This record gives sequence, structure tokens and C-alpha cells, in this order.
Amino acid sequence: MQWEAVIGLEIHAQLATKTKIFSGASTAFGAEPNTQACAIDLALPGTLPVFNKEALEMAVMFGTAINAEIGKTSVFDRKNYFYPDSPKGYQTSQLFYPIVGLGQLDIALDDGSIKTIGVTRAHLEEDAGKSLHEKFANMSGIDLNRAGTPLLEIVSEPDMRSAEEAVAYAKKIHSIVTSLGICDGNMAEGSFRVDCNVSVRHKGAEKLGNRTESKNINSFRFIEKAIKGEIIRQIEILEDGGKIDQETRLYDAEKDTTRTMRSKEEANDYRYFPCPDLLPIVIEDDYITAIRNNLPELPDARKQRFITQYKLSEYDALNLSADKAQANFYEAVVAQCKDAKLAANWMLGEFAKMLNQNDLSIEHSPVSEHKLGQLLTRIKDNTLATNGAKQVLEALWSEEDEVDSIIAAKGLKQVTDTGAIEVIVREVVSNCDKQVQQYIAAEPDKRGKMLGFFMGQIMKASKGKANPGQVQALLVPILDELC
Amino acid sequence: MFSKTIAQLSQGLQTGEFSACELTRNYLDRISAQDSKFNSYITVTPELAMQQAKAADKSISAGTANAMTGIPIAHKDIFCSKGVRTSAGSKMLDNFISPYDATVIEKFNAVQSVSLGKTNMDEFAMGSSNENSYYGAVTNPWGENRVPGGSSGGSAAAVAAQLAPGSTGTDTGGSIRQPAALTNLTGIKPTYGRVSRFGMIAFASSLDQAGPITKTAEDAAMMLNVMAGFDPKDSTSSNTAVDDYTATLNQPLKGLKIGLPKEFFSADLNPDIANRVQDALKEYQTLGAELKEISLPNTALAIPAYYIIAPAEASSNLSRFDGVKFGHRCENPVDLEDMYKRTRGEGFGTEVKRRILVGTYALSEGFYDAYYKKAQQIRRLIQQDFVNALKEVDVIMGPTTPQPAFKIGEKTADPIDMYMEDIYTLSLNLAGLPGMSIPCGQVDNLPVGLQIIGNYFAEQRLLNAAHMFQQATDWHTQTAPGL
Repeated sequence: MQWEAVIGLEIHAQLATKTKIFSGASTAFGAEPNTQACAIDLALPGTLPVFNKEALEMAVMFGTAINAEIGKTSVFDRKNYFYPDSPKGYQTSQLFYPIVGLGQLDIALDDGSIKTIGVTRAHLEEDAGKSLHEKFANMSGIDLNRAGTPLLEIVSEPDMRSAEEAVAYAKKIHSIVTSLGICDGNMAEGSFRVDCNVSVRHKGAEKLGNRTESKNINSFRFIEKAIKGEIIRQIEILEDGGKIDQETRLYDAEKDTTRTMRSKEEANDYRYFPCPDLLPIVIEDDYITAIRNNLPELPDARKQRFITQYKLSEYDALNLSADKAQANFYEAVVAQCKDAKLAANWMLGEFAKMLNQNDLSIEHSPVSEHKLGQLLTRIKDNTLATNGAKQVLEALWSEEDEVDSIIAAKGLKQVTDTGAIEVIVREVVSNCDKQVQQYIAAEPDKRGKMLGFFMGQIMKASKGKANPGQVQALLVPILDELC
Repeated sequence: MFSKTIAQLSQGLQTGEFSACELTRNYLDRISAQDSKFNSYITVTPELAMQQAKAADKSISAGTANAMTGIPIAHKDIFCSKGVRTSAGSKMLDNFISPYDATVIEKFNAVQSVSLGKTNMDEFAMGSSNENSYYGAVTNPWGENRVPGGSSGGSAAAVAAQLAPGSTGTDTGGSIRQPAALTNLTGIKPTYGRVSRFGMIAFASSLDQAGPITKTAEDAAMMLNVMAGFDPKDSTSSNTAVDDYTATLNQPLKGLKIGLPKEFFSADLNPDIANRVQDALKEYQTLGAELKEISLPNTALAIPAYYIIAPAEASSNLSRFDGVKFGHRCENPVDLEDMYKRTRGEGFGTEVKRRILVGTYALSEGFYDAYYKKAQQIRRLIQQDFVNALKEVDVIMGPTTPQPAFKIGEKTADPIDMYMEDIYTLSLNLAGLPGMSIPCGQVDNLPVGLQIIGNYFAEQRLLNAAHMFQQATDWHTQTAPGL
């Protein structure tokens, strides 16, 4: 039996407003508990919310960026539930009339094809505080610093069919909100959190299966793992003749598994009703048009520009433009080294590898755009060979030094003197009699493949400093002399 | 001194007949001597009052005083006042010292009025007799064992017993007008949005509105001049320009069209009250006004609609009282649910619990459309009734209450009977219109109130109509027997 997964995502993006959605308290992350919660955030008796227009602007930016319908009249509703980190006993959200209606975006799949994913809606709401269960014996601490931070909840259509598609969609939303500058995208700090709705059905079936929702996943890797695990779990249950309970699950990254958080029976009746403390948000066409006309460059447009301006491949352009910080970094490096292709190769190759190994985002790279640009300049002007350049990059990673002084200190300057290189080439050739004999014995059209061995030996003998182009130019005639 | 109106006291202060300190001291002494009979205050703040009076005297002698400078005022204990317990008449907030001032309090502070203390009220403003207070019932100075009305019963009793020359109240369904009527006072509920709700502990956000309770319409105009105005901290407050309510008090009433809704003069109305109201209308005719019978056909639906909407909003507004952040918390909770249940079980009184239950039920999944949505539709019909009527007439008049002050304990067993108290008043709150009550005679030595209803932001017209009546009659000058 062929199974098909049906996946929809709800993404909570914290909006990068200076102050909270309904109060003047700061939204900065990491302050001492309850120091960024004012009377309104603490829900003191008598306090009232005042809507932060900056959050509205950001929501409309997102809506226009995905060509969605913008709600001319949107309304805040109260979602009533008791929990200690929900200070009012309700969350102010938008159920009936959200600010952003139906929209869509394209994702690129691994096979190179493009798939369109629908965005059902995006609405404004306030974040809750945090419960701190570890710090206090037999008690819970409540930190309301986060309470009232504006969230844009972006709800997708159930259009995705695999964990990979879901991740591509989440990454796309991430790249849009960060490119717009409306969300810092910091997943570790919870600025971008994903709820995954997953169900499975027989391939070709129309009716959707019962779904589960895995909540608050805060990395792309975990999204993939959680969805894959959930698909397998559901298929196993169904194949064993069981049925899927509609429930909310929690992804445990340490155990790499989801577990039940609350069942459908335990689900709250949120008793939504329009918030009587806030007026409906009414916006004019002019307001929407002005925002649309002032949108910053979006990832899709930037990718196209990278292809035409820098002559990059579709693949390189996509990978360099998806993340705003990375795209900015790339363009700064190109501006310095004046070689777009070289910069692309290094950014997506050696440099990306080092970031990954150290589990760093590009914002936290110890090597600045300026230094990487300098390094690439030295490759371009033949001062450095690839191998030497890698050594310089490693040095830059761990020490505060200039590219040129590292090259000097480590003696990595590439040898470009033809006479000096020829000496090394002849020495290696004379020491590799066996391989030379094989070369001579080979058919002329097979000889090209055998050059690699000699190149390697020569580069080794030159400690990586010989210019590979010059080596090759000299090597072939020297070997051919012997034939 | 205690029989003087605010206008007279203001003049006395300006001419140096007495100082704000003397005036305040006298009132404080009278409160400590007399209030045990009435229980009109929950908290008296003598130190704060004397401090404010001293500052007021300085401004008066410096010539920078406002008409309200140095006037002692009693505030309903629903307005948060910094550093002072603000209980809303509830055990839940018996230990709550507000860290901030409500906008209404701030405004009286700005003109240097003197705050004598906080007056008794039905718990969270839910009641029509002031019997639902954690701090005990309030006695109406007009009759031993008679209720003063509610929920602003303490505010009314304090002025009627001459323990303050004026007081603030709030009116969600009649809570200013009904106590004013039952204690021979003048009370005005302004248009919804005219006075800021910031810092006023919410009962039903879309209905709550603050206003003054005074001896005369002139005093009410003076107090409303301080209270009214747009507040950026209350999104539902109106930025319509504020009139000077004292400027037009003496405008002749010739040609004033008074509408008499036949639904307000039905069989439920005590015939003696009907006679007093008819006498008052005759007086208005003498003053040049014209009478016209009108119809408000949906009047009968007001009580059922109100008792869905108000409890629904209250059930949500009162969720913040959960024992987590402030107010009452039960002893030694075993877990979170136990804390919620016992905290709220112990902290709220019977009527508050009843309304939370009703409101929670009305908003529940599956009932929302049948109750809350339907009630909102009725609300629009009721509003439309008034809008239509006010196209034909300038003001609408009728009784404030169906009967005079009832005995303490008389209606506590039958909530519906109690709710009927507000039959003539609460439709205005649903419509958001301004209304006031002025004394128009007595039945069995108990005061009767005439209700005057006007169009949106027509407070000037209401106060003018009330003032001209008070210039022609002396019902409002009569004081409770034994004072």
C-alpha cells in the first residue's frame, strides 16, 4: 500500500518591533526576568491594550510580499485559556478577520522543480510569557518579559507532501521575513517557531487522515526529523489496523521523537470573541500601496539578480540569496574581490563548511566579509594557491590577523617563478621512475588522466605554493620529452 | 458647609472663605464620625487628602487654581489609585495596592482636587444594590435598611450623607444613574468613549463608562469637565472635541423636543413613580419644551441581551484574577488547577461567580452563535431604535428605576428581580448613549429619579436640560432626613 503524507505548517514569527504589540515595553531578548514587563504586560487590573502600528506595517509587508489579500478590516479576538504565563487569562489574537488572507509562494525542490504552496492566512497575536520549571523546587517561576511580543502566525495550506517540502517552505518563509526585516529569524531564541500538522492517507485518496500537531519546533533539522518520525509512526499505527488520535504532540529533540502533549478531549474551548478593548483595524488602499512600493528586495528577486548580475548558476544563486545575511555577506565579498564566481564557490564551499563544523550562523562568523574578500583577492592575483588559501582561512578563523601578514608569517606565498617551478617539476619526475614508465607505456589519449599523480607530488614538494596552472604547463612538455 | 454644592465650595475656596485644608479636614472628621452608619467608604486616605489639600491651597493663593482645585472628591474603588488599595469591592483584590493611577484619578490630580478615599461598591461593579460587596452592604441615608442602589452605591451614599460633595462612579447598566435616583442625586453616564477607561477595573469593557455623582447638574458639569477627553491609553476613548459642560447650562429650553418612550411607561412601572415623572414632564412643558410619544420597540430585549454580553465580557476580563500575579491566592495549593479553583472560589462572591459562569457558557463552542452573536444583533437593533428616535426628538425622558429604594435583603434571593432594577437604564449602555438621572420628587419619602437620554456626545444638552429643571424646582436640594 502506498502512503502519502499531508503536511501543513503554522509558523510563529516574532515581529522585530521595538516595543510590544499592546504596550510600550521593550521586546529585547535576554533581560532579567520580568524587567521588561510593564503594567499592561502584567495584566494589572484596569490596564488596557493599545495596538502598536509598527506591527501592523510589518504584517502588511509580509502580506504584500506573498501577494496575499490584505484584510481591509481586521479584528482582534480574545482566545481564552488559563495558564500562568498567559497573564490576562486570554491571548489577544485574530480568528475571524485576520490581517493577511490567502497568498502563495514558490519553493524549489531538490529535483530542480518548483512547487507552489498556499498560505491560508497570517494573523497578528501576542506571545505568552515563559514558565521556568527548573529553577525552583516544587514551584514554577513566571517570566513575563516575552508576554506581549508581537507574533505573526503564518498558516499554510496542507500542500506539502514530504518533510523536505515542509523544510523548503519553512526556509522560504524564513528568508522572506528576514529579507523584509520584520523578524530576526533567530530560531534558537524562539523568534521563529514552527508547528507541524501531519496526517497520512492512501496515495490517491481525497479524504484527509486524522492529523497531529507537533508544536514549537525551533530548527529546520528538527522540523525534518519530527515530520519524518511522525509520518513513520502514523503509517505503522495504520498498518497495524490502529487509528490516529487527533492530538497535540511535543517534539523532543534529545530523544528525536514526538510524544502526546494533549489529546483532543483535553483540548481547550477557547471561547473566542472580539476583543472589546481594541477597535477593528481599518486600513486604506493607499496604505497598502505605499508599503508594497517600498518593499525591500525579496529573495526571489535577489536570486534573479544574482543570476543576471553575477552570472551565477540557478543553484548557486538560490543558495546564496535564500538567507538575507548570507546574501549581504556574499555581495560584500564580491565587492571586495571583484570575482562573483570565485566568491560563490568559496561561500558555498570552504566557508560554509567551516561555519557548519563550528555550528555558527553567518552573523557570528569570526571571519568578516572584508577578510574573506581580501583572501579571495589574493587567490585571484595568484599570491595564494587553493591549498594555501585554505590554510589562511583556518588561521583567520582562530586569530585576529590580516590576510597578508598570515601569508607572510606562514610562508604561503605561491611560487610563480617558472625557473623555480621547473626545478621542482624535473626533480619529482626524476624521482618517480615507475610512474614515468607507466606514462610512457600508456596510449597518448589515456595519459591526461595520469597527470594528477604528478601534480599532487609536485604540489606536495612545493608545500602547496607552486601555481598549479604553471605546474601543469611545464609538466606535460617535460613528460612528453621522455616519451 | 456640608450642604454646599461643589460650585459653592469652589467659590468659597477662591474667595478665601475657607481653605482646602479646612474643608478637607472637616470632611475627614465627618467621615470618621458618621460613616459607620452608612459604610460608604472602603478606604479613607486622610494623609493623602491633607497633603493634596495643602498643595491645592498653594495653587489657590498663587492664583493658578482650577474651579475644581481643592474640592474633596470620593472615588469609586474601581479606579486604580497609586499607593492605595484598590479592591473593586472584592476579596480578590483586598490586598491589591495599585502601582499606578487611573486616567480619571490622574485628571483629578492634575487639577488638584482632593481625594478623600475609595467608596464601597458591588463586587466588580456587578449589582444594583451594593449588597454584593466584600466590605458589606451600604445603607441609603434616605431610609434605614434601604439599599442605595448599585453598583456605585458607596459613591451615591457618600454624597447623599454629605460625606463628600461629589464622587466618581461607573455605569455598565445603570450603576451611576440608579444609585443617583435612589439617593436623590444627580448622576451622568457619558457617551461610551467620552471618559477614559484606563485604570478603571473592567467589568464589561464595551459597556463600562465613568461619570460623576453630585448634588446638582452644575456640579456634574464641573466634574465632567475634568473627567472627559481622549486618552491615548484607551483605544476605545473618543477624540471628539470635549465641550465645556458648564458653558451652556443656562440655555433656555424653549422648543426642546422631549421623546417619551411608551415602553418606559408600561405596567411594570410603579404608578407613584410614573406620577412623579409626569409632574416633572409638566415642569419641562412650563419651561417651553414639547413632549412627544415615541417608541423604542426592542426595549424588552435589552435585559436578556445585556445579560449575555456583559457576563461574556466579564468572564474574560476576570480571568486575570488567577492568584499568579496579584490579589488573593489560596493557601498551600497542591497543584496549578487546585490553585486556580480555590483562589477563584474563595476570592469571588456569588454574583460574580454567577456571571462568570453565564458568560463562559454563552461563549462556549456551539453556543456562541445562539447567545453572544444573537445578543450583539439585538444590541444593534436597540441602538437603531434610539438613533431613529433621536432623529425626531432632542432628548428622551422617563423614569430611571421602576421603583424607589428597596430594603436590604429584599431582592438578594432573586437575581432576575434584581436585574429588573436596570430595565430603563441598561439599554443606553448597549447603545453607548449618554444618560443621566436627576431628582424629581419622592414616593413614601424615598427619592425618585428622572432619566434624561441624549444623542452621542450630547452631554452638554443633557446637563443643560437637568440644570434648567433644577433652577425651577427644589427636589435636588432636599436632603435625607436626619442629616
